[in-house]
Order: sequence, then C-alpha cells, then structure tokens
Amino acid sequence: MSDRLLVATRKGLFTFARAKGRKRPRWSVAKTAFLADPVSVVLADPRDGRLYVAIGHGHFGVKLHRSTDKGKTWQPIAAPAYPPKPDGQEEKDLNGKVIPWNTELVWALEAGHASEPKVLWCGTLPGGLFRSTDGGESWKLVESLWNHPKRREWMGGGAELPGLHSVCVDPRDGKRVAVGVSCGGVWMTEDGGTNWAQRAQGMRAAYMPPDRQYDPHVQDPHLVVQCPAAPEVFWAQHHNGIFRTTDGAQSWTEIVAKPSSFGFAVAVHPQDPDTAWFVPGVSDEERIPPSGKVIVTRTRNGGKSFQTLRNGLPQHHAYDLTYRHALDIDETGDRLAFGSTTGGLWVTEDQGDHWETVGEHLPPVYAVRFA
Amino acid sequence: MARVLFTQNIQRHVACPPTDAPGGTVREVLDRVFAGNPAAREYVLDDQGAVRRHMVVFVDGRQVKDRVRLSDPVQPQAEVCVMQALSGG
Repeated sequence: MSDRLLVATRKGLFTFARAKGRKRPRWSVAKTAFLADPVSVVLADPRDGRLYVAIGHGHFGVKLHRSTDKGKTWQPIAAPAYPPKPDGQEEKDLNGKVIPWNTELVWALEAGHASEPKVLWCGTLPGGLFRSTDGGESWKLVESLWNHPKRREWMGGGAELPGLHSVCVDPRDGKRVAVGVSCGGVWMTEDGGTNWAQRAQGMRAAYMPPDRQYDPHVQDPHLVVQCPAAPEVFWAQHHNGIFRTTDGAQSWTEIVAKPSSFGFAVAVHPQDPDTAWFVPGVSDEERIPPSGKVIVTRTRNGGKSFQTLRNGLPQHHAYDLTYRHALDIDETGDRLAFGSTTGGLWVTEDQGDHWETVGEHLPPVYAVRFA
Repeated sequence: MARVLFTQNIQRHVACPPTDAPGGTVREVLDRVFAGNPAAREYVLDDQGAVRRHMVVFVDGRQVKDRVRLSDPVQPQAEVCVMQALSGG
C-alpha cells in the first residue's frame, strides 16, 4: 500500500502523505520542492527508493534532479543531451518543421528492470529515447531507434514536436521494452535496444485519410501501459479511442467506452489485466469532461463494458482535464490518484468506487506517482 | 579581457558571478567562462552548443546575431551580457 503520492505540476513538486488511522484529512501536503518551476515528470524508483524529477525551465532548458533521502534534499544530475547533429543533415518532419537535436522536454522517466538496478529510461521531445546505466549520472541516446528511417516520419500531436511518453519494461525480461510515441505508434525491442520494430498494428487514426488510418507509423497513442502480472497485455489511450492487446503488442483491438473513449490517461490493475481505468474528455475537439462532470471510467472485463465512477468527484461545471501521466495506481491496485489541468487532485482507496478530494488549487498537474 | 555578466534570473539555479575572460569571439569568451563554471553551460547553450531559444547574448549592448556558432567578434574590454529573453514564459 502506498502512503505517499508525488505530484509533478507546472509550478513545482508536491509530496502528499497519508495520515495514519482515521485522521482527517487523510491525504495532505507533506513537502514541496522546486516551487515555481515546471516539473514535467517524476519517478519513484521502486528498486532503491530514489526519486527523480525533470524540470523544464522555459529559458534554461531541461534539468534532472535526484533525491536519495525521500525528497528531503535534491542533487542535480545529468540531463539527457542529443549528440552533435551531423553537418549538413536536414532534419524536418513531413510538415517541413525542423526537428531539433535538442532535449526540449522530458516526457517519460522509468526505472529499468529489477535485474539492472542502475538502468533508467528517459523519453523526450523531439522523440529521442535515452538510457542511463549509472542511475542518471550520464545518459546515452538510443541511436538504434533515433536513426531508424521511420523515425523521420514521426510528427507532433498536441505538442508541435514528436514525443516519446511511454516506456514499458517487461517484468519478465528487461531486454523487452515497449515505447509509445505521439505520433509514431508503439515500438518494441526484444534485445535491449539493438533492434526496434513497429508494434502498433491494429490501431486506427481517424485523423488520417481513409487509406492511411491503419498505418501503424501515424498512430498517436497518448499513453501505453503494461499489466505487470500479465505483460502480454497492454492498454493504450489513443487520440481517437482506447486500444488493447493481449498478445504482446502483435495486434491491437479497438475498444469503445461510454460515455467517451477520448482522453489521455490510462491505468491498468497490476494483477488483473482485464481491469483498467480512464479519465475521459468529450472528444478531440471538446477537451472537457462530459457534461462538465469529472468522471472516471472503469472496465473489469477487458473492455467489454465500462462503469462510470463519480462518487466524490466534482459534478457541477467542472472542466478538469487529466493529462497522460496524471493518473496512477499503486502496487495493490486498490489506490488510484489523478490530478487535473485546473489543479484538482483526487485519491481513491477502493478502486474508484469512492474518491476523496485531496487538492483543489494546485498548479496544473502534469504527473502523479505513488511512492 | 571581456567582462561577462549574467542575468539575475539564472542565479537562482546556478551561481554565475561576473567573470573576466579573454577571447576574440562570443564562443571563445563563453568557452573560457564555462571552463571555470561547467554547470552554467547547459543553462545558456543547448545540446548543439547554440544559444538556447529563449536566451539572448549582448556584446556592448548589441544583440549577438550568430546564435549557432557564436562567431560575433568581441573586442578587448567589451561587456558581454547573457540575458533571458522576454519570450519563454
């Protein structure tokens, strides 16, 4: 059971702690860090308890910091940096937009496999994947993916540049890693990153002309998550719907949720691959909660049906949107938390049947992680 | 020797005191400064060594034109100011 919650926001990192017993409020801010600075992602490494944050300074670039004392103190560590761009190399996406060889944003920070205790993975805008083998002291661009000819076809989605936002390390085998890209589909390596293959077959992109809609390379998965207990099962909240694979991303099946399949975030139960949660908006063109009521949808049968969860959530003129990393589930599968663009934060301890408001006036929430 | 001054805003993240450094171009001068203060380099320059998009460098009050190679000349006794642009949030 996780009693600590890290909340990365546009204006700092907030650590919430759960009170013991029946004390109220149950969850409250125990610590703040990096106040006023944009914290794009946070990682609580389950292998050694170390914490990592990525700060995206508007002027001074992306920086990473690490804490080895549960957030009491932070030390700057290396930020992932792109190698020198070869002279004369044209680097433009299909729309003619120049793709910089520069870390514009850290959009994913994940621990490596348990057998590789110092390995970390980092996804960035404009699409580079980085790997550290020394706990973040240094980073190396995964050139096999960056130099893949199809990478040049990646394009921006909501962000103007392509972004790598999901890194799923197979708990059975640390050499099997899947990554999600907006927009560039789902890529998987089975040999620790030497070779990569596109694995978004079955995803559908309604924003493309009819004959390109099933092209795996144009897919915009907003977030891809893997069930730890059944790693052949992945869920994806995609730009135009929900997709699931039960065969290790060989093929994806589209799933329709009521009242909406649009959103950014998804969480899968750590033991039950058929149970997943979503925080929907109306649609691509209406990025607000359906009917101005914040809801969470939950399926317990692999997407055949969905329940709408609203107990404890704002139900009157609420326009909270939840970004892709702003929903998390703890290791028991009972506790979930999600934060919103308008500073709301909610926690459930019964898989979503009841929600408690934990924050109402936070800065816009980028990422939420139990620790 | 040129005199290099940094915006106050950067001091919150990394100490950048006024520093005297030799060099005939902005690149040469800044390289000397960052050799003595390596943590400051990545706050001012991007992964390719260009001036970050929302940073600006002035030499004797004139904004530097070559933001990629930093080849603008620097006279002895010049004042080089590293500022943050109004853009960039």
